[in-house]
Amino acid sequence: MKPASFSYHKPGSVSAALALLAQFGEEGKIIAGGQSLVPSMNFRLARPETLIDINHIAEIQGVSDQGDHLEIGAVTRHATFHHPVSPCPLGRMLTKVVANIAHYPIRQRGTFGGSLSHADPASEWCLVAVTMGAEMEIHGPAGARRVPAAQFFRGTFTTAVGRDELLARIRLPKLPEGWGTGFYEFSRRKGDFALAMALAALKVEGGTIRAARLGLGAVGAHPQRLEALEAELTGQPATPQTFAAIGARAQTMVTPSGDIHGSAEYRRELAATVIARALTRAAEDAA
Amino acid sequence: MNEKLDITLTVNGRSHALGVEPRRNLADALRDDLGLTGTHVGCEHGVCGACTVLMDGRPVRSCLTFACQAEGAAIETVEGLADGDRLHPLQQKFWELHGLQCGFCTPGMLMLAAGALRENPDMDDEEIREVMSSNLCRCTGYQNILRAVRAAADVMRAEGAQG
Repeated sequence: MKPASFSYHKPGSVSAALALLAQFGEEGKIIAGGQSLVPSMNFRLARPETLIDINHIAEIQGVSDQGDHLEIGAVTRHATFHHPVSPCPLGRMLTKVVANIAHYPIRQRGTFGGSLSHADPASEWCLVAVTMGAEMEIHGPAGARRVPAAQFFRGTFTTAVGRDELLARIRLPKLPEGWGTGFYEFSRRKGDFALAMALAALKVEGGTIRAARLGLGAVGAHPQRLEALEAELTGQPATPQTFAAIGARAQTMVTPSGDIHGSAEYRRELAATVIARALTRAAEDAA
Repeated sequence: MNEKLDITLTVNGRSHALGVEPRRNLADALRDDLGLTGTHVGCEHGVCGACTVLMDGRPVRSCLTFACQAEGAAIETVEGLADGDRLHPLQQKFWELHGLQCGFCTPGMLMLAAGALRENPDMDDEEIREVMSSNLCRCTGYQNILRAVRAAADVMRAEGAQG
């Protein structure tokens, strides 16, 4: 199908994009990579009257290493992470995760900030942002504000970004050297939307877990960081028994809804499996 | 609302001036405005990959890119692959190894493989499999497509080493 008519604007700066958002109000829609927006426009599920194309804004492109964190411009393509953007554990982890995002040509256009702004429950980058404690830099008429990932995702396809605002940059805190990371996603076919996914980071010393990060995605309206389980992991031996037990605990903490892709019960069991597998991979990476 | 934009598209090294509505996708602009019908249109929502072309060397879905967004980029389509009468190694190997049957998906498969091999000329079999899973084929069962890409990659590497 073909999209409905719209007018097209190509601002060259964040401030010009904000001015267009202010001018067009409810009718203006930001387009980044367009890999989710354009399909929904082609189906006429979305009919924006005005597209504001931010692909040419240089100040929100690319990744820069800021010492203790990576700063990611909103229109940085997924494919940028095909190779580690930094030799640190976080940089390597992003490369593991990106291979699971849709398919190769989609990753050439889709963007990091677009993925976060779209807030699909099955988005890999949304899970990364929540689990790693990202900070979003949102620009609006009143200037810039910073919102932690824990307060950014409000629900399915819903974020803290207001109608007149633009997500400009994302700050991802680095993991110290020595941490291992693991990601595991289950989908019926490679490249499909995930039915469940988990991201884990572990600091292991002498076979004992000293610190942990754990997040679960695609099993609720938005990804969640499981801080209670991070605390339970700490001090435990890094063994399959520990990881299976944590997976079983997670099952009791999630309330997925069933759909044609899987029942709620199935998704709950899948949550336990992906968590155990992500933890296993993180432990192998730490070793 | 239906006002046309005057844009210039650079396709296979040639510049084309055209007037398009903003909603005109790149695939339709290539086919209907420029007569380059080698790029096929299948699902129109980014799933099948028949419309894959290269934009600045990277394979993209031309049904998910508006023509007005492609201004300033170097577009490559299947029409630009062969060197005169000499087929591109990918085309040659798809032909020799039966990498196609009906041929509808073939232009997208060729451009996908061409772009991926440009990023990584040394893809192993697993990487080729992962990349080629991006596009749908309803005839071949994929095995001959994978063989053709493997064989073409080997030819291209040998030619590159000579050059």
